[in-house]
Amino acid sequence: MPAHGTRIRSLALGGIRHVFSVAAERFGELCDVRLLPPAMDGNPRTVIELDDAVAVLGGFPALAGATLAVGAGEIVLLRGPNGAGKTSLLRLCAGLLPIVRGSGRVLGFDLATERDAIRPRVGLLGHSNGLYADLTVAENVGFWGSTVGATTGEIRAALERLGLAGRLADVRVRTLSAGQRRRTALACVVARRAELWLLDEPHAGLDADGRDELDAVLRQAAASGATIVVASHELERAGSLATRTVDVVAGQIAEQQ
Amino acid sequence: MKRRQIIQLIAAKDLRIERHSRVVANQILPFAGVTMVMFGFALDSSDVLERVAPGLVWLATLFSLLVLVQRTFAIETDDGALDALRVAGVDPVAIFWGKALALAVQLAVLEVVLLGAALVLYGAEMHVGGVLLLVTTLVAATCGLAAVGTLYGGLAAGFKGRETLLPLLVFPVVAPVLIGATRAVESALGTAGAAVSEGWPWVGLLAVFAVAFGVGGSLAFGPLVDE
Repeated sequence: MPAHGTRIRSLALGGIRHVFSVAAERFGELCDVRLLPPAMDGNPRTVIELDDAVAVLGGFPALAGATLAVGAGEIVLLRGPNGAGKTSLLRLCAGLLPIVRGSGRVLGFDLATERDAIRPRVGLLGHSNGLYADLTVAENVGFWGSTVGATTGEIRAALERLGLAGRLADVRVRTLSAGQRRRTALACVVARRAELWLLDEPHAGLDADGRDELDAVLRQAAASGATIVVASHELERAGSLATRTVDVVAGQIAEQQ
Repeated sequence: MKRRQIIQLIAAKDLRIERHSRVVANQILPFAGVTMVMFGFALDSSDVLERVAPGLVWLATLFSLLVLVQRTFAIETDDGALDALRVAGVDPVAIFWGKALALAVQLAVLEVVLLGAALVLYGAEMHVGGVLLLVTTLVAATCGLAAVGTLYGGLAAGFKGRETLLPLLVFPVVAPVLIGATRAVESALGTAGAAVSEGWPWVGLLAVFAVAFGVGGSLAFGPLVDE
């Protein structure tokens, strides 16, 4: 009997929690207004904090004093011309580019001294997908999930969430279309349980359905607590997805809306 | 995850890719076989071939090693997977050992086939007394070559023109393996009257080489692929 009681209580609490989260989501959609980024409107957790950050790539300053704060659960769109520093900003936040001046913290870890702690918590989807062409979709997602100890169930869920659990799961990546590869790469990020998603042109190569699906996945991820930074030239689509837009010009943050 | 589990994961992934793609079976093994036949055409004397068979086996192994290493890192760089491994925070020491382990398995298969080809094509003879020395030599040489191949393959992976850079980096470094393994196999096969006991000091050299590059690779691989 006590076991039944505990189960009923947990089901009831789960139901209440679900109702509240749906209501909060609907309220957010109805208002569609956010006066301040989450980092400042009551959410104490700032996921990305850059203060005058300078990063060098191939002898040239890829970032020339970028200052940025991104709060948990935000979807931030980075926009700017080619070579402005969007990709460098994403790579810096992923711990792939060393910070040479200024300071920065990602997920509470110092970008100068704790890059190894940042990397496992971040999912970076760059211009390339990071997939093995001779493995199947399921094997790729399984491999990347396993690097962080994801269970078979979590890997299966990641495949299902991206619509890859059926016949596509056993297809080799080599034979997939560009859009299907992008979805597979995103499923790998989901399987890795990344807290911070850094996406560089995520809509590239996707058809209309794939883009809608991707947007739904990103909204769902943000609603469940992930923070997402998207660099994109597709301003209309990415802009409708984003909670905030940041202009990157000449390696600096020019303007935030 | 523990380092041991990551090593297994990466080695299993590389071997699974080989199982699916069959590049070693369908391309590298035939390449090694053709090389052995070409050596036979070039030297064209059964006495000379029998005398130099161990050296030719290891030369063919080194040529094939280059193709294998390029292949093993091409699968990581083709779609940015090596970068993704870095972003995922996968322990670089585990990446090094995982890839070296998979490379060693493929190299071992290749060496056995090449040795068989030498026995058939060059008329080299196998003696029961030399089997232990031969097996130990193969194991020690394979470990050393896999460690060097993985280390320099990782280093060259980030460069343009890596196909031409890799032989320049690897061949001078693996000269001790070529010399040591050739002498040890000569002793194991009794080539030109060599005794089995003469081969063991060469195995010692191969073991020291393998340990040195195993330790060196563990320390250097992370910083090399990171920069």
